[in-house]
Amino acid sequence: MTSEFMTPTAAPVPAQRQVGRGRFAGLRRALAPVAEARGLPKWVLYVGCALVLVFVVFAIFAPWISPYSFTQYLDGHGHRFPKSAPPNVHHWFGTNIMDTDVFSHIVYGSRTALEVVAIAVVISMLLGVPLGLFSGYYGGPLDRGLVLVMDAMFAFPSLLLAILIAFLLRGKFGFLGASFSGIMSAAISITVVYIPQYFRVIRNSVISVREEPYVEAARILGAKPRTVIGRYVFGNVVQNVPVIATLNAADALLTLAGLGFLGYGVQPTEAAEWGYDLQRALGEAAGGIWWTSVYPGLAIVLLVTGLTLVGESLNDLLNPVLRHRQLLPVNIVDDEGEVPRDDDA
Amino acid sequence: MARSSGSLPRYLVTRLLLVIPMVWILLTVVFILMRVAPGDPVQASLGGRAPQAVIEKQRHELGFDKSIVAQYGDYFNGIFHGDFGTSTSSNRTVTDVVAHEGAATLELAVAAMIFALVLGLGIGVLIGRYRDTPLDVFGRLFGVLTYAAPVFWIGILFQLLFVAKLHWLPSSGQADTLVNIHLQGEAHTNIYLVDAVISGDWGGLRNVLVHLILPGLTLGLLVCGVFIRLVRVNVIQTLKHDYIEAARARGIPEHRVVLRHAFRNALVPVVTVIGLQAALLLSGAVLTETTFNWPGIGQALIRYLNNRDYVMVQGIVTVFALIVVSVSLVIDVVTALIDPRVRYS
Repeated sequence: MTSEFMTPTAAPVPAQRQVGRGRFAGLRRALAPVAEARGLPKWVLYVGCALVLVFVVFAIFAPWISPYSFTQYLDGHGHRFPKSAPPNVHHWFGTNIMDTDVFSHIVYGSRTALEVVAIAVVISMLLGVPLGLFSGYYGGPLDRGLVLVMDAMFAFPSLLLAILIAFLLRGKFGFLGASFSGIMSAAISITVVYIPQYFRVIRNSVISVREEPYVEAARILGAKPRTVIGRYVFGNVVQNVPVIATLNAADALLTLAGLGFLGYGVQPTEAAEWGYDLQRALGEAAGGIWWTSVYPGLAIVLLVTGLTLVGESLNDLLNPVLRHRQLLPVNIVDDEGEVPRDDDA
Repeated sequence: MARSSGSLPRYLVTRLLLVIPMVWILLTVVFILMRVAPGDPVQASLGGRAPQAVIEKQRHELGFDKSIVAQYGDYFNGIFHGDFGTSTSSNRTVTDVVAHEGAATLELAVAAMIFALVLGLGIGVLIGRYRDTPLDVFGRLFGVLTYAAPVFWIGILFQLLFVAKLHWLPSSGQADTLVNIHLQGEAHTNIYLVDAVISGDWGGLRNVLVHLILPGLTLGLLVCGVFIRLVRVNVIQTLKHDYIEAARARGIPEHRVVLRHAFRNALVPVVTVIGLQAALLLSGAVLTETTFNWPGIGQALIRYLNNRDYVMVQGIVTVFALIVVSVSLVIDVVTALIDPRVRYS
């Protein structure tokens, strides 16, 4: 008899994956461990992705999924929706103090949340990563100055910074149209909070990569700084970016909700926003009206948890220090095709 | 030996000197932010219809007619002399607000820190000891959820459960009205808990404590997730050391090994992290105070922001910046005293 582990197989052991050259070779090489993930980290990643995906679907197909519009307070017959009515057939999650449907606010709220977070993450990435690259590579007084400023910004309570910026930016993006100006100013105020994080992580890894022999070799061969940074340094620090981006997205979501709760987020006429809904629900909580607060809060928790799980598992998979590769099944087959067995009876 | 004794003062001096650029940058950022703010502070405080002469007079009194450079000088000059400015919307000084509202926030923050340490250290040690058991999974999930849930949502859930459903605790405020009036008459430190003890008002003390439970626990949960993770990892690592094995070999009971030998050594990094939590605590305090109508400095900041009271906002934010910098300084010094390795890095 042979146990399945002992069966000689001709299946080729996946050798060092051939990584193609080309534009995103560095990024693809960096993300290769994700495809090779096994076991628990893979499942954590899947659960996280599934949670995020639900809200992405909500966001994209909001008008089709949501039974009502987020500003709608009249039904088909022109009757007003009941105020703060408990969940029922017409309103699955009840209605809130603004006479609108709670479920519709959840669905449209995911659109707001994802829009703001996507814009904030992209902008802070576009500013933080190059700053970190150049600051770390060139060093000097500019680097020291930038580090001080970024550290000061990082040390400051993040929500307060966001509130101040949101306050300053109020009404500054009117040219983008009524429905988008609030989203833009919320996104920018969140951006300011997260730039230092990209900067710090990228700069610190650039500093260690800068001294590597291959970078030095490139410099000696006469490569321009642009080429050295773009080709050799960037490709070896870029694996940090997906991790920070997802973890920051989770945190940014909480900051957005905090801004909305304090009245400095997206205005209620422009979009549905979970933080603002919670602020309106606050006054009713002591009276025992739970549906207006439990559901929006749950939406935040689920989306933040989803993003955190994705970020944490990416970190486990991409961070070489934490990564312990699963051992590949080794086929002990010698040249003659004889399998050494010790369970032969 | 001579080197190690000489390096502590040197470390402390370097660390102290680093505070200066940090404070300077933070205060400059605050100053710049408040100057680019929209709207005129004087007009905002007097209302839209004040005659031009009155506006000019007040603008002159507040120094808003000077050049930016002169205003910048005045700002730093005032801070050096402990004068952070006087409100444009009321007659209170920033110092007065910090003394009264700040005391309420301090009470909340200390209570939150106690809750966070008790919960964080307790759960952390427990799940570190029983690693990879269902208890561990549960504890880690708890840690993730306390991070993923917005602090104000937790506050609302507590209100739904303990106020609306069980009627155990009051929903908001720092004390009942009568206790409030009495304690304000007895103000020694402005910290209600301390004042109640000094004046021997035991009924008042009980009332204040009852009001403190929900806000303190809410803010504490925000912070405790970090402690859980940190203590867990540290306990797991210290339990692998040889001296733990040696302690077990000597026949010391397991609970004593864990608490005496492993836990103590796992505490050192916690001290460092407490400092990092100061910023998080301040951000969380703004939200917690709004949720529980706690008359603290965070709520005051939002109120003055809504009133466009720039002097007050600038003053409070300045104080926040100073708090963050001094807490991190104190923590660094304490860490250097506890852990000699820090001084060499």
